[in-house]
This record gives sequence, C-alpha cells and structure tokens, in this order.
Amino acid sequence: MNEIVLYSVLSIGGLGTLMAIVLYIVAQRFKVIEDPRIDTVEERLPGANCGGCGYAGCRNFAEEIVKAGSLDGFNCPPGGSETMKEIADALGLEAEEQEPMVAVVRCSGSLEAAPPKTRFEGLNTCAFAHSLYAGRSGCPYGCLGEGDCVVSCAFDAMYMDKDTGLPVIIEENCVACGACVKACPRDIIELRKKGKKSRRIFVSCINKEKGGVARKNCKVACIGCGKCVKECKFDAITLEDNLAYIDFNKCTLCRKCPPVCPTGAIHEVNLPPRKVKEKKEEDSKEA
Amino acid sequence: MSLLTVSGSPHVHADESVRKIMYGVLISLVPAMLVSFYFFGLGAIIVTLTAVVSCVVFEFLIQKYLIKGPVTICDGSAIITGVLLAFNVPSNLPLWIVVVGSFVAIGMGKMTFGGLGKNPFNPALVGRVFMMISFPVQMTTWPKPIPLNTQLTDVVTGPTALAVVKDGVGRGEKVSELLPKVPEYMDLFIGNMGGSLGEISAIALILGGLYMLVRKIITWHIPVSYIGSVFIFTGILWWVNPDIYVDPVFHLITGGLMLGAIYMATDMVTSPMTPKGMLIFGIGCGVLTVVIRVFGAYPEGVSFAILIMNAFVPIIDRAFKPKRFGEEVKNG
Amino acid sequence: MKTFKLGGVHPPENKFSEKQPVEILPVPESVSIPLAQHLGVPANPVVKKGDKVKTGQLIAKGEAFISANIHSSVTGTVTKIDDVIDTSGYRKKAIIIKTEEDEWDGSIDTSDNLIKECNLSREDIVKKINEMGIVGMGGAAFPSHVKLMVPKGKKAEYFLINGVECEPYLTADHRLMLEKGEELMVGITIQMKALGVDKAIIGIENNKPDAIEYIGKLAQEYKGISVEPLKIKYPQGAEKQLIKALINREVPSGKLPIEVGCVVHNVGTAFAVYEAVQKNKPLIERIITVTGSNIEKPCNLMVRIGSPVAALIEVAGGLPDNPGKVISGGPMMGKALNDLDVPVTKGTSGILVFSKKQSGRVPEITCIRCGKCVNTCPMALEPFFLALLVDKQRFEDCEENMIMDCMECGSCHFVCPSGRPLLDSIRVGKSNVGKMIRERSDK
Repeated sequence: MNEIVLYSVLSIGGLGTLMAIVLYIVAQRFKVIEDPRIDTVEERLPGANCGGCGYAGCRNFAEEIVKAGSLDGFNCPPGGSETMKEIADALGLEAEEQEPMVAVVRCSGSLEAAPPKTRFEGLNTCAFAHSLYAGRSGCPYGCLGEGDCVVSCAFDAMYMDKDTGLPVIIEENCVACGACVKACPRDIIELRKKGKKSRRIFVSCINKEKGGVARKNCKVACIGCGKCVKECKFDAITLEDNLAYIDFNKCTLCRKCPPVCPTGAIHEVNLPPRKVKEKKEEDSKEA
Repeated sequence: MSLLTVSGSPHVHADESVRKIMYGVLISLVPAMLVSFYFFGLGAIIVTLTAVVSCVVFEFLIQKYLIKGPVTICDGSAIITGVLLAFNVPSNLPLWIVVVGSFVAIGMGKMTFGGLGKNPFNPALVGRVFMMISFPVQMTTWPKPIPLNTQLTDVVTGPTALAVVKDGVGRGEKVSELLPKVPEYMDLFIGNMGGSLGEISAIALILGGLYMLVRKIITWHIPVSYIGSVFIFTGILWWVNPDIYVDPVFHLITGGLMLGAIYMATDMVTSPMTPKGMLIFGIGCGVLTVVIRVFGAYPEGVSFAILIMNAFVPIIDRAFKPKRFGEEVKNG
Repeated sequence: MKTFKLGGVHPPENKFSEKQPVEILPVPESVSIPLAQHLGVPANPVVKKGDKVKTGQLIAKGEAFISANIHSSVTGTVTKIDDVIDTSGYRKKAIIIKTEEDEWDGSIDTSDNLIKECNLSREDIVKKINEMGIVGMGGAAFPSHVKLMVPKGKKAEYFLINGVECEPYLTADHRLMLEKGEELMVGITIQMKALGVDKAIIGIENNKPDAIEYIGKLAQEYKGISVEPLKIKYPQGAEKQLIKALINREVPSGKLPIEVGCVVHNVGTAFAVYEAVQKNKPLIERIITVTGSNIEKPCNLMVRIGSPVAALIEVAGGLPDNPGKVISGGPMMGKALNDLDVPVTKGTSGILVFSKKQSGRVPEITCIRCGKCVNTCPMALEPFFLALLVDKQRFEDCEENMIMDCMECGSCHFVCPSGRPLLDSIRVGKSNVGKMIRERSDK
C-alpha cells in the first residue's frame, strides 16, 4: 500500500515539475515585451470594449495612445473627460477638454403620428427591414422600429417604447459611444452635445422628401418650410433638401424656434416648461 | 381595408414543421415497438410508458420552473427521447432506474444545453450510458423473449448473442463452436432474441427506417455508411481469422447496431448537416463500434461510438463543406 | 428527363390561369413609368413636363453601358417627373403621363403579320435591341443587348431559351409560348444570328405538355432550334441551373454564362426581340399573370408598362375581402408590395394576391439542425450557417462561405421545418458583404 502512495506522489509530483519547467521555458522564449504604460492606460479605461473611440476595444485604444505619445484626437466617450484626465495624469500628458455628448433619436414617427400602412413580417432587424421597404408608415427616412440600436447598446441606455414603436434613450446611462449610430441603417441617431443641464433643442426628423409627401406619411415630419430658419438669430439652423438642421455648436437655447414649427418637429429636452404668460407676450410681440 | 403584409420572399412555405418531423419519427418507431411488446410482453409496455411519461414530465418541469421559458413538450421531441431510451434498456429494468435515466437524458442530455436543437449529444444515449455505467447489473440482465408474456416477474434471463460470443472468444473457444449457442440468424433478424427492448428486431427497424427515408426525415447517408463500414470492417476481420472473429452478418443483426444506425446516429440535432459530413460521421461510428465490440471491454459499443462521434460533429461540419455549385474543380 | 442535380424543391404549382388566353388590359387613365426598371444605371428622361408623347416614343435614354432606353407606353401628356413608390418599396423617379387617345408612333408596324425574313447584320440587330429598350423579362430585367454582345476572347456555342416558368402560380410565359409561338421562333433565329451560334435549345418544364408539343412541332421548321422537356423542379428557371439542366455545364462561381459558351434568354425576351427587330416596336407592354387562390378570375393580361397594379387586380375580379399580401412576381422570389399604386415594370411577370391566412409566416422556432436547407440549396451553400454568421456579424466568414453565390431562390426558407427566416438573414449578409467588396475595390 505504501508503495502505491509513494509511486503516485512521485509520478504526479514529477509530472508537475516537468510541466512547470516546460511552461517556464516556453514563457521565457515566447515572451512579448510590452510597454508597461499600455497596462497603465488600460486599467483606467472602462473596459466595456464598446468601440466608441473608434478602436477595436479598450486594449487597442491604450496601445494606440501609447504609440502616439499624445492624447490629441483620442477620446473615450464612456469614460468622458474624467477618464481622459486620469490617463493624461498617468502618462504625464495634456488632455483636451471634451464636452460630453449624448445620443439623440431624430424621428418622432410614432405609431400614432405616422400610422402604419403595412404589416412587416420576417427577420426582426432594421437592417433587413431597410432592405425590404420604406417602412411601416411609408416614410423612407423614419424609424423602422425593429430595435437594432437597442440591441447594439452595451450600456442599457436604450429601450423600445411599445406604445410609440420608437427607441428611447435613457440619458443617465448613455455614454455616447456611438454604437447605435452605427447600428441604425438610416442614420436616425445622432450624437449631440449634452449641453448645460442636458438641455437641448433639435429637429426630430431627417426626412428629405418634399413637404407634402413627408406630411402624408407622418404628422410630425419636418416639411422644410424654413420658418425656424427665419426665426433663428444665431444662424444655427440650416435648411437643406427640405430638411432643417440645428447646429448644436451655435444654438443658444433661446427657444424661439420650437413654437414656430408647424408640425412640431423641433423638440426641446429638459428645458423648464414654458410659462403661458410669456408665450402670450411673445405672440403679441410678433403680432 | 386591413393592412397589407410586407415580407421578404419566399412567400410560401413547405408543408413541414418540427412537430410533423417528430411525429413522423414516432410513427416509424411503431413496428419496432410492436415487436418488443410481442416478445417482452407487459414489461416492455410498462418500461416504455414510464420512460415516455417521465421524459415529458421532466421536460415540462424544467421548462416551466427552472428555465421559466416557453413550454414546448408538444413538439414530440421528449416523447421520442422517452421511446428511444426505453428501446435501449432491458424490459425487466426496475422502473425507478428508468425514471432516473429519463431525468439524466432530459435534464443533463438536453435541457442543460438549452433544449431542442442545442444539445451536442443524443439525449437518449446520454441517459442510456449513464444507466449502463451506474447500474451495470440491472442494465445487462436481459430477459429471454417469451411471446405475449403478461407476467412481470420470474422471467428467464440470459446474455445477449453478442455477449455470448465475446465471452466465449475471451475464454478461447472457437466462433464456430459458439454460434450454436445463440439463436438462429433468422430469429436474430426478426427479433426473437434477448436484448434491449427496441434493438432486437432488425426487420422492424429497417421498416421504420424506410418509412423515414420516404418521408424524407432522414437521408440514406448515415445508416448506409454506418452499417456498411461495420460490415466491411468486421468482414475484413472475419476474413483474416474466422475462428476468433464472427462473421459480418452476425454483427449487423445483433446488438443495437440497427437501432443505433437508423435512429440514434441519424438524430438531426446531433449529426452533421452536410452529406459528406454525414458519410464521415457514419464511417466513424461504424469503425468505433467494431473496435469497441471486438477489442473493447463491453460486448456492445454502439452507444459509446455514437456519443464519441457526436462530439466530433462541429469539427466535421466545419471540415467537410459541400462542393459548391460552380466551384472551380481543376484548372486543366 | 433532364434536370439540374443539386438541391431544388417542388412547391405546389397552383397554375390557375394556365388555360386563360391573354386578354388586353385597357389603357389606364394615367401611367407612371419608372426610370429604373432594369438592372444597372437608371435612364435619363428626355421629355419634360407638358410634353406630348406618342405611344412608343422614346422618353428616357439609357446612357450607361448597363442601362436601357425607356419608351412611352401610352399617348398623352407628361404631367410630371416625380418620385413614385415602385416594387422596391421605395420612392423612385418616374415619368407620369396622363393618357389620351392611343396613337402609335409612325415607325411601328402594328399589324399582326408574321415577318420571318431579317436582313440586318449582327451589329445592327444588337443596336436595334438596345434602341428598343429590351431587357430580360424573367424578373431580373438585365439589359438584353449587353448579353448579346459576346466579350472578346469568348465564344458562344449555345443559345438557351428559358420557357421553364418554375415559379408556382405564374403562367405568362406558358401562354406566350402557346399564342405567339411563330413570333418566338423568329425572335430566337434573330438572336442566334446576332450571337453567331447555330444551336438553340428551348427548355420547358414538363407541366406544360401542350407548350412542349406545340413549340416542338414549330421547332422542326427552324434549323438548329430544339425543345427539351425538363423535370419539374424549382429553381430550374435560374440561369445557372438551366444551363446545368440543358447542357450539363456548371457556370463557375461569380462568372457569367458566357464563360461556358452560353447565352440564356427568357421566352418573353425572345418575343420582345422579335417585335423590336421585325416590327420596330419598343418594349412597352408585356404579358402579366394576375392570380391567387382568392382571385375571382385568374387571368393573363397584356399590360402597358406603367399601369398601376390596382388596375390589373380590378380586371381579375377585384381585390378579395381581407387581402393579406400582394406580390409582384412569383411566390418564391417575388416582392411583397406595400402599395397598390405601384406601376408595372418591364420585369413584372405576375401579380399574386394572397389571403390573410396565406400571407402569414410559419412561427419561427429554434434550428433543429435537420440539414434540409443544405440539401435543398441549388448552389450547395449552407444557409443555416450563413444565417448564423450574419447574426453574429461575421461578414468576412460569410464571404468565405460564398454567400455571394446565393441567388435568393428561397428554397432554404421554403423547406425549413423551424420556419427560420434564413433568406432574410442571408440578404442582410449579402448587402454587407457587397459593401465590403466595394470598399475593398475602391481602395
């Protein structure tokens, strides 16, 4: 019996030692010398591998930063300026101040505003629906409602609203990684500056059809009438191909344009409710 | 006016569904089931019923309370697992073992991987091998067939034909001396021999297999390559030394080969998808079966062979792509 | 009997309208003629708002190499050039013409006389076909003159004519063969001359015995033309499968039929060529089957290009109560329409109306790895695997597994017992891989 124990211990122990030696040799031979700073940077990154920076994951991002030796043109959207600052401190570099961004869904063609004219059946992805037809309401620019963006979101910052059939962005969770922007086959989602107190004004439509055609499919489409362009004193609104666009760098949140929009395509977010009185005054002034 | 549907082509669908396939398999199992009821009597009916009911119940419980997903016991796949499991055990097996085996088959073999379509191993075989290893005595006590037996106890038991030959050869006896100790070939072919419930009657299994071929539930590739490779391999051995190796026909009609080749190996979920892959899979099963039967410790190797080949299916699928239409053959 | 070897399915035929002679659809009040009716670059309009046009007058010119001329199918006034929903489901540019009394362009021979003699040279025939805007009428609408120009270094040996009509329900080609057999034969002879081949084979599926007999009898009078009955199997009408079935040659992956010395045309195209060359008549009308199990009067109609689909359905007895789906083309490869004002184009072979019950898809469940899709794929691809790769966004692997060879015949989805939308996924994959390949070649 003792012999068996002895042999077992010896053979297993011997095998273990042998393997350890082999492993050690292999590890030494095939060692890849890496800049330790890459690890330093990677530690400070969120590690979601979302691809928002434009690189293949956090590791690749770290490698590229170390290779470049400066932080110009690098930004980690989920981490924001805080993370970039940390990295800058760790590497002894300067970080540009990046303004936080947020994803914005530029379509309001809800089931009510843009009633479905057809029933879609098949593979439930926007990519397929986009290749098949113009969409449930007939608007070739509008949201297809199959939720490719929601699937692409790695931060639980999106969900599909069953009542409207449109995706909703949960601002607190959104890190502006841009995954949804890439996932949307119609480029409906845009990254916009978060703005002070998350206040934003934007045109919630990207339909470039003529006003009448767009209006036929959707009550809240931008019809390209240009009223908002005239109203804006800061040249923040441009009209191109029957579609108004508000430049978030120029917009001062003066709140003049939303009321003049005949279809209500201009949306305000997180702004305090308008005082009825104020509005009346404005109206009287205009008159 | 109601809304028009928009969808991609094709706009028509064949009259085919998973449920139809599963019930088709069940229909094809009827002849073999009847033969087993005839030779093993009441015991066979009770074992089959127990296996089927417990498989369905376990699937229902797991889907409803453990996974909390949709319950799909109506698709018939659990019933097939139950029947095949029963086909793989002797008719006098204690019922509690059958229940345990069903649990392992459904729970470990199928639901662990996510249910129908996702299991890498044939669930019935997982259950069978589990029972084989855990309860070897009960699992290898084969009752002798007594037509239309209604008694549950006191059946005469004996080894299977394969075991007789294997043990005999192991003791140094000649095959020609051993063959008189097993039933006639005709009896073996019809099913008048000791063995697991469903494996005894080659003719009934072949009938079922033909039905499945006609219904296009299975293709010929796996059964033919499996049985063919067993035939050729054992034939070579027999030709080399007929004293210690039994003839190929004996190998074909005894044991679980027919059941394995027609029902177990052809299980859609756990077999390769390409015709070429199926042939390789069948040949692999055949060679392994013979190796285990002739050189291994067990007299029967079908279940092990198929389970081992199941593990190779993803690799086979990847390695043996079909020859594409218009693929450049040879430039010359 | 001959057929192609790999894969294929046999969907229920349901050819309700096969005994209905071709009727002429009255000219509608207004037509919208899309500028992109063919494969390739859309044509450029040469008329403007307010112009008067005669039937058969050129209204848009195909200027690129792969493009086709478009002619007015009616007499009337151009009201506007605007975006109209077409079969693609999107708004595309179209010329909208309000019709007046039908007056044909003077150069067109509108008589019924059969003209057998053709003294034009090879180049002139191709030029004529180009001018008259002839495109493939089987569905893909590939400009015909391009096919008839054999590239340098290649030689055509066979001219194959597709009278297979393997799509269920459709009977347009069948009726054409029965009613315009003589013209068809002359059309084939003309194209044989243009190609410089002396062998032409007409492939007809065995479910059209009357056509096989009639065309077979006619073919005896014409040198080099023979008729080959084919076993019923979908998708036999696909170019590569037809070549395999008729002369047992495999077109290499990614190559054109000319690679194996063949040119394939549809019978509809061959007839259009006859009219173009002998009668100077551009492609402005075609035969369309209007059918469906709920349609009161399934029929075959001679329709002016640009007529709205709704007008066709009206003649066939109107839309049944509770329509579920209206399909342009056959049930296997047709496009479901999202609007009934969609105009008929040169490539429309049928209008199929499905009831609500027929239009639903089989509920989708998990793949049981039965391998039926692999066995039925006529291109020997692995649809289940491609669909999986697309779901995982692994488009490089898709390309490696020859996703671009898929011709979207739909056999895989048709047979799938789990009702998985395999073709839907593959289409997404194809468009992504296509994008990838284009980006690569741009670099």
